[in-house]
Amino acid sequence: MTDSHPTTLVSADALTCIREERILFDELSFDIQAGDIVQIEGPNGAGKTSLLRIIAGLSRPYAGEVLYQGDNITRCRDEFNEDLLYLGHLAGVKSELTAEENLNFSLRISGYDEFEPREILSKVNLTGFEEALAGHLSAGQHRRTALARLWHTNCRIWILDEPFTAIDKKGVEELEQLFLAHADRGGCVIMTTHQDMSKIGDDKLRKIKLDYRFV
Amino acid sequence: MWKWLHSYADPEKAYNLSSKLLPWFSLLALLFISVGTIWGLMFAPTDYQQGDSYRIIFIHVPAASMSMAAYMGMATAAFIGLVWQIKAADWVAASIAPIGAVITFIALFTGATWGKPMWGTWWVWDARLTAELVLLFLYLGVISLYASFEDKVLAARAAGILAIVGVINIPIIKYSVDWWSSLHQPSTIKITEKSSMSSEMLYPLLINIVGFGLMIGAITIVRFKSEILARNGMRPWVRALAKQEGVS
Amino acid sequence: MQRGISYTQSFFTLLQRDLRIAVRHRGDIFNPLLFFIMVVTLFPLGVGPEPQMLSRIAPGIIWVAALLASMLSLERLFKADFMDGSLEQMLLSPQPLPILVLAKVIAHWLLTGVPLILIAPLLAVLLNLEQNSYGALMATLALGTPVLSLLGAIGVALTVGLRKGGVLLSLLILPLYIPVLIFATSAIDAAGMNLNYGGQLAIIAAMLVGSLVLAPFAIGASLRVSTN
Repeated sequence: MTDSHPTTLVSADALTCIREERILFDELSFDIQAGDIVQIEGPNGAGKTSLLRIIAGLSRPYAGEVLYQGDNITRCRDEFNEDLLYLGHLAGVKSELTAEENLNFSLRISGYDEFEPREILSKVNLTGFEEALAGHLSAGQHRRTALARLWHTNCRIWILDEPFTAIDKKGVEELEQLFLAHADRGGCVIMTTHQDMSKIGDDKLRKIKLDYRFV
Repeated sequence: MWKWLHSYADPEKAYNLSSKLLPWFSLLALLFISVGTIWGLMFAPTDYQQGDSYRIIFIHVPAASMSMAAYMGMATAAFIGLVWQIKAADWVAASIAPIGAVITFIALFTGATWGKPMWGTWWVWDARLTAELVLLFLYLGVISLYASFEDKVLAARAAGILAIVGVINIPIIKYSVDWWSSLHQPSTIKITEKSSMSSEMLYPLLINIVGFGLMIGAITIVRFKSEILARNGMRPWVRALAKQEGVS
Repeated sequence: MQRGISYTQSFFTLLQRDLRIAVRHRGDIFNPLLFFIMVVTLFPLGVGPEPQMLSRIAPGIIWVAALLASMLSLERLFKADFMDGSLEQMLLSPQPLPILVLAKVIAHWLLTGVPLILIAPLLAVLLNLEQNSYGALMATLALGTPVLSLLGAIGVALTVGLRKGGVLLSLLILPLYIPVLIFATSAIDAAGMNLNYGGQLAIIAAMLVGSLVLAPFAIGASLRVSTN
């Protein structure tokens, strides 16, 4: 890894996570460079979501720390959040608001003030549904409403928990292309998925494996 | 300060330190409380107005003053845990809460018992008793919040935040209750001014106050130790300790 | 891609969103108000309809009912956002969390506290409140209910991730409400006796300023624990 000059965006330093008296992972360390697409692998209950939430700064690890460009994320939370796009299992789409209102809100709360919501929604095939309440959309459209943010962001660190859930084949391919383009621009993607990817080959994909531990 | 604290953030070191401190706290607590109580109950002079019934202050006053001090201690520990992110400090806070609640209850109970001969009724809405009652509610809030979380590491952090919020509110609550109450008994122990109590009564009282403080410290240490073991059950050093003690 | 949203703008973005959601979900506004009215009407039935007695206890009744109504309505403050993941998005937003939290609490107060203040004089008539006390009643409610919302939100933030919220919440926050209750009712009493109640109002105002400054930080820290 010393051939070029890769910038380390996020690194995990000896992370330990304990949930309900069970050790999910112990002393886990890794670096994620600009241009990486990382898939966290492991069976259900191995702590994939916990790991993503710890990297995003939502959960505090039992021990160890997450570093953003060398600083502990709790000490540079504002800069880190400015550079972070996190989409969890539940993507924060309000069923009482329309698709457009949802996108407006999530972009504005992330700090963007000039954007064309309809144009962004058209990239996730939601043209014609801008005015529909999110509660009336299908599961896939609901998910797309959340994913639309990926098309308007300058965050380098993307943390995505099961981004392909409820998305059709074509949509998955579009997302994969987006990830590749994002990695080329110097960003990184950290995600979990149980789906196979067609565009992102094994040469592009880094895997971090978590095992289910019984102790 | 930070460096010093951090060296004890490691659960194993904190455990060993508390094992070393425990015998000192328990022995001194036993000594002070026996001396203070025996002196107070048997040798201190009888009060010319209240007769022997005043002697309950040798329990009531230490309990009342320590109930507040224990809350301060709990909030301080919680504050350290919150600011420096030291889990062990959160556990100290969580260990103090039930003890503080019991001490507060003792203060309330003895206060009511003392009130019976003095006011002719078990309960009056006197400022001190009311403030003590609110303090008990604050303790119970911390305890039940702690009990409601399944993940005890989180539980200790949540309870810690509540303790800090409570400690900011205590002076306001105390002030408002004092203001609200017209039945107000002036404080009898003042460190700077000349005391209105005879020294024969004052010394055993002060000894008992120190004794109660030490006792709270000792029980906190016992609870803190078991808290550390419970949270670190899967750690090698705890297993080694268990083997050493003959538990498998 | 411009990122030029100021703190004020993000505050109003969130405020507007919460108000819009509430308008599309009207039940949440009226239920606490109905509860407030019901509790107040129960008292004359419980203690008897004598006008002197009612006017003596009216300030206490209205204020205790307001405390309970505010606490009950607060329970839902962060619940929906917690359930659908928008709370996580707020925690990860580059905007300072205390500002976002403050916007949510103020939106909630506009929706539940203000209607309560507006209906209070009507209930005061039912309870035969002293003529002179109406001004004090409105003033204490206007200054005091935001304090209740801010303090209560701390308790709500601590319990949002728990399944059994309700009873626990009352244990956490009712003790914190005591000073507001004491000074508010005493201001109303003083007004009824034609005494100056500026002192009590000033204290409630001080509590409002204090909680406006400190509570958002406590709420933010609590939310970070709850969503862990």
